[in-house]
Amino acid sequence: MTEEIKLREIVLPGQEIPLKGLRPGQGVVVEKGRAYSMYLGVKSVKDGVVSVTPLGGRYLPKLGDKVVGKIMDIGPTYWLVDINAPYVAPLHVNDVPWRVKEGELQRYLDIGDLVYVKVSRVSEVGQTWVTMKERGLRPLRGGFLIHVVPTKVPRIIGKGASMIKLIQEGTKCKIVVGMNGRIWIDCDPEKTMLVIRVIRMIEREAHTLGLTERVKKMLGMGVGEVGGDKANG
Amino acid sequence: MSSKTTENVISEIKRSWIEKLAISGKRVDNRGPEDFRPIKVVKGFVEKAEGSALVSMGRTTVLVGVKVEIGAPFPDTPDKGVIITNAELIPLAAPTFEPGPPGEEGIELARVVDRGIRESEMIDLGELVIEEGEKVWIVYIDIDVLNYEGNLFDASSLAAVAALMNAKIPYSKHDMGEDRPLPIKHVPVSVTWAKIGSAIMVDPSYDEESIMSARLTVVTDEEGNVRAMQKGGEGSFTLDEVKKIIKKSAELGSRIRKQYLEVG
Amino acid sequence: MEEIKLMDEEGRRIDGRRPDELRPIKMKVGVLTRADGSAYLQWGKNKVLAAVYGPREVFPKHLQDPERALLRARYNMASFSVEERKRPGPDRRSIELSKVISEALRAAVFVEQFPKTSIDVFIEILQADAGTRIAGLVAASAALADAGIPMKDLVTGMTVGKVEDTLILDLCKEEDNYGQADLPIAIIPRTGEIVLLQMDGHMTQEEIDRALDMAIRGAMKVYEIQKRALLERYERLVREKEYIADISEV
Repeated sequence: MTEEIKLREIVLPGQEIPLKGLRPGQGVVVEKGRAYSMYLGVKSVKDGVVSVTPLGGRYLPKLGDKVVGKIMDIGPTYWLVDINAPYVAPLHVNDVPWRVKEGELQRYLDIGDLVYVKVSRVSEVGQTWVTMKERGLRPLRGGFLIHVVPTKVPRIIGKGASMIKLIQEGTKCKIVVGMNGRIWIDCDPEKTMLVIRVIRMIEREAHTLGLTERVKKMLGMGVGEVGGDKANG
Repeated sequence: MSSKTTENVISEIKRSWIEKLAISGKRVDNRGPEDFRPIKVVKGFVEKAEGSALVSMGRTTVLVGVKVEIGAPFPDTPDKGVIITNAELIPLAAPTFEPGPPGEEGIELARVVDRGIRESEMIDLGELVIEEGEKVWIVYIDIDVLNYEGNLFDASSLAAVAALMNAKIPYSKHDMGEDRPLPIKHVPVSVTWAKIGSAIMVDPSYDEESIMSARLTVVTDEEGNVRAMQKGGEGSFTLDEVKKIIKKSAELGSRIRKQYLEVG
Repeated sequence: MEEIKLMDEEGRRIDGRRPDELRPIKMKVGVLTRADGSAYLQWGKNKVLAAVYGPREVFPKHLQDPERALLRARYNMASFSVEERKRPGPDRRSIELSKVISEALRAAVFVEQFPKTSIDVFIEILQADAGTRIAGLVAASAALADAGIPMKDLVTGMTVGKVEDTLILDLCKEEDNYGQADLPIAIIPRTGEIVLLQMDGHMTQEEIDRALDMAIRGAMKVYEIQKRALLERYERLVREKEYIADISEV
């Protein structure tokens, strides 16, 4: 299993993006027949569409993303969930795996509770709804929460979830990685701190070579002991 | 206008977790209970001020500027100069800081820093008189919190003391001769502790502050004398805890003084 | 103050610069940990910090704009930033500057992409030495890009002035105080839009023509510095200890 090393082109807001037959996608604005980046971000081309993903800032929800949210308010028939996006996301009583009576929402999820939910709808302007009705989605009780830049999440998960599996095997911790940059870790304090250190290292050095080997070393694992992804970046 | 955030909502998860760690004498950032975060002091950051210091304590960053101007003494102390301390929790520093005049947190911060400097007699106010009852030097200490990641008391106090030690009285600006340093008599150091569960730790981080039940700040001088204290939070300390905190504050204070506030 | 000579016989300015020479400019993006985006700018003796919070949904709902994000910049001077201590809090000048800076930034940000939210921009002048409104705007625009806010382009700017009947770029304090004219301008380089323009003093129409061209050429140099600072934010391998705010090492 080889992880691809792609050179990522960083573009600036206002920078021209040559279309060359490509269609403009997210993060690209077209004016007078010419295309420009809207963000300080990474340019990518997929299926004939060129788009720019911002490097920093808040999480921009995508349909189907699984995220870690925090309950920030309770309405008559919904909870309001902070998912680190521009908008808070309602979680409707019909979108949880329990039968909840009106006025009793607090008994199930209270303000400050963490939840692992999926983005079920994104409006044109980015207003978001989330659901807990899918296997694996649930309230996250206990454990510890850390934040990373959302754009670093794919690196922490790794190709085919290889990196996160490696960390889980090396520490025996339960780890839930939200696409919104929130990571929930559940195990004893010592191991949790080790996981945090490993994730911070990946976050800092995401773009450098030999990352997997360094992660293994931090976890006290023999080189090549787990998985087989030796050639990764 | 306000934006709703969960900044103020402290997750129960974090609370139980930090408490669990604290019982075994550990902290989330790997420090021991008596370890400060890394400290950095840059004196003279604002050249236009008579004195200044940029201090970071971990990721908390505070800038203090000292201005020394001529003004009238207070009527009840005609033979003394004046110190005025002000703190601005500017909205750059945290999502919960709002624009506008200082709220109770900013005022408490300014007063605690001020008390440490005043009560330790750090500056010889008698030396700041130009013309008794008429003209004295007024020393303005302005605290600008740039990034809030916990323990503003110690970061602000250290920055204020460093800025005062770095400050000059601008005699030349007023054609009164050469500039002189402020008459420094003592060097107070503030050390703040947080109580979480039954554990007590120094220099609380933002997370630790958000779940602490009580806080105690102890300002000591170079002889280990206590010159100011401030307890905060709804929780409490036992007598033994307070005595131990005072002893430890003098020890840690002396180390900070040696490392960052040596005259010269 | 007539005796102050702002330019010598060789055309050198009071601080030794040529008429079109800028003061040294250094910039660092991503210096604060709590803000969504931030930038620190040192421009001559100006020291400026900018932070962006948002977009974040506005509550209560009646304050929301259903069509666009409310972008508001707040320009504030630290008490110790100027020669005579400034009383804390907004004064008429900082309220005016906040307004013109907000308007300039709105012209560059795709505010319609985040209706019902606010984007709050905070500019703190740590040390002032002429040209702080443009310095604040330049730092704020980089902080917006750092915060992942969609924009047409960065906003950049410059000040042009006149001393001893000569046009000069990037006024220093003495030139600002005793010169004949002062014209701050901000532009969106990609579209050529002028989004901030003020002037006071005395210039002929011919001088204004030349001054504007000169200012835009100068602004483009600042634009390059902004772009480099943004790229450096991601190119440098940040060690955790340096994650924050070492604005002392810019």
